[in-house]
Amino acid sequence: MSIHIPPLLTYALRRILQAIPIMLLIMVGSFLLIKMAPGDTVDALVGDMGGADPAFVARLRAEYGLDESVFVQLWRYLMKLAQLDFGWSYVYEQPVLTVLMARLGNTMLLMVASLTVAFVFGITLGAFAARRAYSLTDNVISTLGLVFYAMPSFFLSLLMILVFSVKLGWLPVGGIRTIGAFKTGWADVIDVARHLVMPTAALSLIYLAFYMRLMRTSVLEVMDLDFVRTARAKGAGDFRLMVHHVMRNALLPVVTLLGLQFSTVLGGSVVIETIFSLPGLGQLAYTSVIKRDLNMLMGIVALSSVIVVIVNVLTDLVYAWLDPRIELK
Amino acid sequence: MIVSKKQLSLLGGAVSVIIATTAVQAEEPRRGGTAIIHMASEQGVLNPALRASTGVYQITGKFMEPLIDKTYDGYVGVLATSWSSSEDGKAITFKLREGVKWHDGKPFTCDDVSFTAMNLWKKLLNYSTTLQANLDAVDCTDPYTAVFRYSKPMPLELLVAAMPDLGHPVPKHLYEGTDILKNPYNQKPVGTGPFKFVEYERGQYIIGERNEDYWRGKQYPYLDRVIWRFIPDKAAAAAAIEAGEIHESGFNGISMEDMERLGKDDRFDMGPKGFENNVAHSTVEFNLRNPILADLRVRQAIYHGLNIDFALKTIMRGYGKPGRGPIPSAGGINYTDDVQTYPYDVEKAKALLDEAGYKPDANGIRFKLKHRPAPWGEYTQLWAEYFAQAMKQIGISVEIVTNDAPGFLNGVYRDHDFDTANGWHQFRADPAVSTTVWLRSGAPVGTAWSNQFDYKSDKMDALIDAAAGELDPAKRADLYHQVQKLEMTDLPVIFAIEHPFLGITSKKLKNHHNTPRWDSSSWYDLWLEE
Repeated sequence: MSIHIPPLLTYALRRILQAIPIMLLIMVGSFLLIKMAPGDTVDALVGDMGGADPAFVARLRAEYGLDESVFVQLWRYLMKLAQLDFGWSYVYEQPVLTVLMARLGNTMLLMVASLTVAFVFGITLGAFAARRAYSLTDNVISTLGLVFYAMPSFFLSLLMILVFSVKLGWLPVGGIRTIGAFKTGWADVIDVARHLVMPTAALSLIYLAFYMRLMRTSVLEVMDLDFVRTARAKGAGDFRLMVHHVMRNALLPVVTLLGLQFSTVLGGSVVIETIFSLPGLGQLAYTSVIKRDLNMLMGIVALSSVIVVIVNVLTDLVYAWLDPRIELK
Repeated sequence: MIVSKKQLSLLGGAVSVIIATTAVQAEEPRRGGTAIIHMASEQGVLNPALRASTGVYQITGKFMEPLIDKTYDGYVGVLATSWSSSEDGKAITFKLREGVKWHDGKPFTCDDVSFTAMNLWKKLLNYSTTLQANLDAVDCTDPYTAVFRYSKPMPLELLVAAMPDLGHPVPKHLYEGTDILKNPYNQKPVGTGPFKFVEYERGQYIIGERNEDYWRGKQYPYLDRVIWRFIPDKAAAAAAIEAGEIHESGFNGISMEDMERLGKDDRFDMGPKGFENNVAHSTVEFNLRNPILADLRVRQAIYHGLNIDFALKTIMRGYGKPGRGPIPSAGGINYTDDVQTYPYDVEKAKALLDEAGYKPDANGIRFKLKHRPAPWGEYTQLWAEYFAQAMKQIGISVEIVTNDAPGFLNGVYRDHDFDTANGWHQFRADPAVSTTVWLRSGAPVGTAWSNQFDYKSDKMDALIDAAAGELDPAKRADLYHQVQKLEMTDLPVIFAIEHPFLGITSKKLKNHHNTPRWDSSSWYDLWLEE
């Protein structure tokens, strides 16, 4: 009796296995790249402390294993990684995995919230603008889109902090929770949501604008196609026509980009998390570079590549669902 | 009515009691409340006996106490009550405070001091390993008397000045027999201080809670909690202060522009008060391996080319004063301003460069310098830009190579890949702790904050060594005056500006910045207005 594996699952598994050599390459490349930057974590630590004497510096280097050659260090790192041991962070004095896991949730929350906002509002506004192409509404939406697209997210973040936290006092300046309040249940959920409003807005606006413009073009294109005309001739109502016939087809390029851009959004979270003191992977990556926290950086690279690979596989699956003509093999 | 003398004095007494009570009432501290403090940088090790750094003290100073602290009235005992030296300077005796308990309830005794001194201060703590290099033993003649025995004379003055930073005992019963570097209490400190460590949420906050059994008495501390919030972005930190989410940010935690702006807001106190112990110099450091810079006339010309007053006004917004060599005016009797100075004089600078044989070419350029600015914040970056501008005026072209902290330390101290550099140099209460190592020859290559400028002077080395072992404070001060004078003549480094750090504090906090190392101190008397 043979075990029947659904074709989609086979596809997903194969894609993930294919990703392993790529990830190994990414890991080795990142390791060497970080090593090429001048200075190590001991320098960063000593710089932070405002000085230290030679014995202290030598002791730390030996303790952290930084007195070995780069290739010995790399080999040692990969051997540990093969056993799923991400090593120790000397900046946080905790296992890398512990720190990563504590941060992962916050980053995922921010990214999923931002992409959802960007996607939902982006495609709705885009479709809306396309339906009334070249009207005043379309012009207003398109211009706003351009403004959002051109606005640097760090600038927008600081502007929002100034208006909504400092002047109006509506939203907290940063962080993920009110510190020391120890809220539970719904109060905690609301607290976290309040902290996420501004970072989500700052991170999503640029993508919102992007999806909107893309959706607008795509809808305009699809609306001219034969099958839409046929559907209309068969008497499909405006709403039905838009949702079932136009949107479904117009979404294809947007979904492709959503998957591809996941990694860009992850990169964008570096800036947003730093400004809003959100304890996520982006902020962690930023401080880890500054502090030359090698193990932590490698951990972040590994984790984010896994996330990106998984998201890309998921994107393919969604793609196949949206367009039955596409066959995954 | 006849009033007897006794009645009169009674009346007087009553009046003075009433006056005293009203005075106290006006200043009556409120019990309770949470002070929220800004921290820019994460601290992996929360043990001041393993990491000598203001970032560590800012937090751990509330949990762990030193033997001695520095106040505006001089050095006062915290865990020690008195100290004295033997005639030969080889035995220094500390009387320890009785009735002090660690946060876990165990008594604090000489065993803790002896254990920490021999295993942490002497072997593991930066700067302290050098300071305590000649420490042979710490004898406990009774549970509250610790005798530090040295193989070479140790100036009492030096040890006392070093203690506020380098004299924090750890509880022996939690550290003995463990791998000290990996001891979990390095991340959850147990001390004797007014606050107990509760929780460290990486990247977010640290919480400290009131110690109900504090040795200074049940009324202390006034606050219920202290929370440190980690905000790496300076603009966001300034916004949090302005929005009232944070009560204090020290050590130039926000930008100078925001400091100035919020300083004018009557909700905040801003200034250098409370940072007197942590003055630093903004410097220009020369690589004397470069033959051009090896010429003293060139270094003098560069000093004459710097308009220090202009830099003070524009970069440091008026906070600071011109430097007078390696020891800042906060250095007490070891400081002198009787040194050679190099006033701003462009013509003189040009003449000196001409004399040294570096005439300007057709473009008006005499020579080029590769300059590395340290990334220690706003001052150092702006000071580097000013340096380049000022040098252009006297015909020196300066190329600024921007780098981050590890890049700077490597470029300057290990690879010596620079002509000039600028950074700041922190003074740590006594010149022997971390200042003279900058001028003494013989440090191994790569050691940050050592003499990597290739400056070698037998006279300087001899002065430094003599001062480090001199027991008579007056003679010792005289030796340090000579060090300062010689440095100002030889000019291996320009200690251009002496500047304090600035802090910004909500006026709701009371008794803030009332000691010269306030951010590092225990805050037992800090209180918060409703």
